[in-house]
Amino acid sequence: MKALYQLSLADKVELVETDCLISCQEGPSIMLLPSGRVAQVNPGHNFTAWLIANIAALYHSPHRPSISLRGDAEIPPIEQMGFFSKQELVVMRNRGHIDAENIEEYIAHDGYMALYKVLTALEPEDVIKEIKSSGLRGRGGAGFPTGLKWEETRGYKTNPKYVICNGDEGDPGAFMDRSLMESDPHAIIEGMAICGYAIGAPQGYIYVRAEYPLAVKMLQTAIDNAVKKNLLGRNIMKSGFNFNIGIYPGAGAFVCGESTALMFSIEGKRGMPRIKPPRSAEAGLWEKPTCLNNVETFANIPQIIRRGADWFKSFGTPESTGTKVFSMSGAVRNVGLVEVPMGITVRSLIFDIGGGIKGNAKFKAVQLGGPSGGCLTEEHLDIPITFDSLQNVGSMMGSGGVVVMDDTNCMVDVARFFTQFSVDESCGKCVPCRTGLSVILSILEKIIMGNGVPEDLHELETLALHIQKTSHCGLGQAAPNPVLSTLRYFRHEYEAHIYDKRCPALVCTDLIHFEINADNCKKCGLCAKVCPAGAISWQKKEMPVIDKIICTKCKSCIRACKFEAIY
Amino acid sequence: MNKDLKKIFTEEQLQKTDAIIEQHKEIKGSLLIVLEKIQDVCGYLPLSLQRYIAGKMMLPPSQVYGVVTFYSYFSTTPKGKNVVKVCTGTACYMKGSGQILKKTREYLGIKEGEVTPDGEYSVEEVLCPGVCGLAPLVIIGEEAFGLVDPDKPEDIFKQYKENFHDRSGSDKN
Amino acid sequence: MTGQDLIKIKKQYVDRVKSEAKSGFVTVDVHMGTCGIAAGSQKIFDAIEKEMEKLEAKNIKIRSTGCAGFCSMEPMITVHVPGKPSVKYGKLDAKKALEIFYSHVLGGHVKADYAMSQGLEKPQHRLTGK
Repeated sequence: MKALYQLSLADKVELVETDCLISCQEGPSIMLLPSGRVAQVNPGHNFTAWLIANIAALYHSPHRPSISLRGDAEIPPIEQMGFFSKQELVVMRNRGHIDAENIEEYIAHDGYMALYKVLTALEPEDVIKEIKSSGLRGRGGAGFPTGLKWEETRGYKTNPKYVICNGDEGDPGAFMDRSLMESDPHAIIEGMAICGYAIGAPQGYIYVRAEYPLAVKMLQTAIDNAVKKNLLGRNIMKSGFNFNIGIYPGAGAFVCGESTALMFSIEGKRGMPRIKPPRSAEAGLWEKPTCLNNVETFANIPQIIRRGADWFKSFGTPESTGTKVFSMSGAVRNVGLVEVPMGITVRSLIFDIGGGIKGNAKFKAVQLGGPSGGCLTEEHLDIPITFDSLQNVGSMMGSGGVVVMDDTNCMVDVARFFTQFSVDESCGKCVPCRTGLSVILSILEKIIMGNGVPEDLHELETLALHIQKTSHCGLGQAAPNPVLSTLRYFRHEYEAHIYDKRCPALVCTDLIHFEINADNCKKCGLCAKVCPAGAISWQKKEMPVIDKIICTKCKSCIRACKFEAIY
Repeated sequence: MNKDLKKIFTEEQLQKTDAIIEQHKEIKGSLLIVLEKIQDVCGYLPLSLQRYIAGKMMLPPSQVYGVVTFYSYFSTTPKGKNVVKVCTGTACYMKGSGQILKKTREYLGIKEGEVTPDGEYSVEEVLCPGVCGLAPLVIIGEEAFGLVDPDKPEDIFKQYKENFHDRSGSDKN
Repeated sequence: MTGQDLIKIKKQYVDRVKSEAKSGFVTVDVHMGTCGIAAGSQKIFDAIEKEMEKLEAKNIKIRSTGCAGFCSMEPMITVHVPGKPSVKYGKLDAKKALEIFYSHVLGGHVKADYAMSQGLEKPQHRLTGK
């Protein structure tokens, strides 16, 4: 192999390892593409010498060994790729770029400079002023101004105070915090230390889901490395400021994303939200003033300090400054993490960055904000994404999960899915959430089974509104959003399930007849071939027949049929 | 009480349990961490073990029970040697993880909460592990399988066993 | 540790990277977030590492870095050759990664068929200046 690179031809000839081309006894051989010529090397000869002697001749032969199907020039520059070009990396500036286990790499990319600046040149009040002036709002979903929260926590005189980083990313479909914790843990640590200095807290906790073992490992390594370098611990950088961080693995409860529940969980109790006030800034963990922020919020802090509030404000809109990380999944072509300036439209997010809908399917809805958010339709695509704009149309930015749905998704089923999730995750403390959601779920299940009655829709709506108004914490208040938003924008699908006993997206198996539409059927017999249960019998030039007793309703035939003849 | 526990767990497991409790007893609020670590050692947390932990940590058994049943991470029933976790998060659900769950259980011949007769597998739903790019996702043991075909989830078991052979082979080296 | 030390660490690191670049150091970043590993990036890392050991390659560095964000292209690697734009490759397996290793990392010839894009995302930059 090396021989080739000793030649000036290295960039014109490409070596590909292959399995044995011909008889092995005849020694090493190479095949030249595209001619397919096999050249053999006499085992008695030196392979390198042979190559040097022969390759030039081979190259200049009419069968030029060019293998790559496209040239270097055809590789698009990254700024021309839709997925990357519209992104603005602030929080994720180091994604895939540094080795998170090597603290020196973070420092080499200006890491811990913000902490240094804070400790040597700024008073705590100045830090809070800078954060307030940047307009940074909590990235966990509620959008509370971070600077205000810090100021409030600083204002209480009880000691000690605590800093908590909420890494309990429970929204199904959201994974930006996991990625941040894994790829740039020092940014979070630095942000927390700055917060500790600003509010006067000596101790921080990172609450991470136990489902994120790699994130826990990366954070722990990062903390250990930072302590070794005296960037955490006692008398940080000889400034007299002490700050320690402990990792607290969560045990799997969505409701622990709620701040008071999370604090109870750290105290080793059931994670059930309590009534506010007092707010956690006054009496949080162990009844002490506590400042709790999301992973992404903390990761923004070092950049704001280092580059200034004005720089940060240059991204986004006046009310929602900066950028937001979204995790986009579902039916889009480009699945991934995207960081965009606030105020970008939903359309740009899905079509420019996401590359549009995968395959030939049609865009149907986009679900923002996980189980607490709502579904939006085509008509909402030009809404700019900010904290406030989405709430007006019954959805929310939430923590940033974006699940795109195409016309193979049934919206009643989607509502059922999220309600099921909320029922499972309800802590059971208050009645509207515990009982109300179960009732909603049973109505949805009834509709999906084909037993829905027209009154159900009204009942769903009333119940959902009651739950929204009377639930105790954010989880319960937001849990009916998926039902309400699908009822609002996809009522016709509910009606098709109830009146026509039909599921337009062919998802709800109880409402699929598994019959063959004679008009569409081309009698090709493909359905009979793919049926794993052998329930479809077919003779050439005849319509297939489905035996409904054997049929397991697996829908293989529906997927296989190219003419949409099975319904 | 200890006698009952000895029937279920090995001497080593119980020793480790004691060590974990000893290490954390004095730290306030450490119950969750203690339970997490003990479950990693013992596999699950039956009532008798919960009572034992409560006694050692000077807590009311009701509090331990309350915590164990609140968090989905804890299990009060034994699990298989290899836990099959089917993600039922949004992205995976949209791509057919409901069917994967059903078919996997059919394939192994077990119902929810059961373990295969040979003790090898148990199946559970898992909340989004954040690998939505590869939906639908199934995790067997420590190994994740992405883009699982909802019609043929059994294929990944074949793959898992093959990989397992590779792993145990390389362990010996 | 003081601010001076921070700057010193940074300078030392950058100097090291620069001198490595001068001697033709090629860096291979394997993107190994949870998602990348689930898609098979560990196997790619192991395969390249093994090949490097076999060849006793000295001026090649392999790093495990976090997720690059483009999940549907996982597993991904980025190859940095000094003086040339970095190239991101996507949808790889161990075999394709080895092809890239021989062609691009050892040979300096971009394996265009698997390449996804060239250059780095702004504001990311190589510490060598290019």
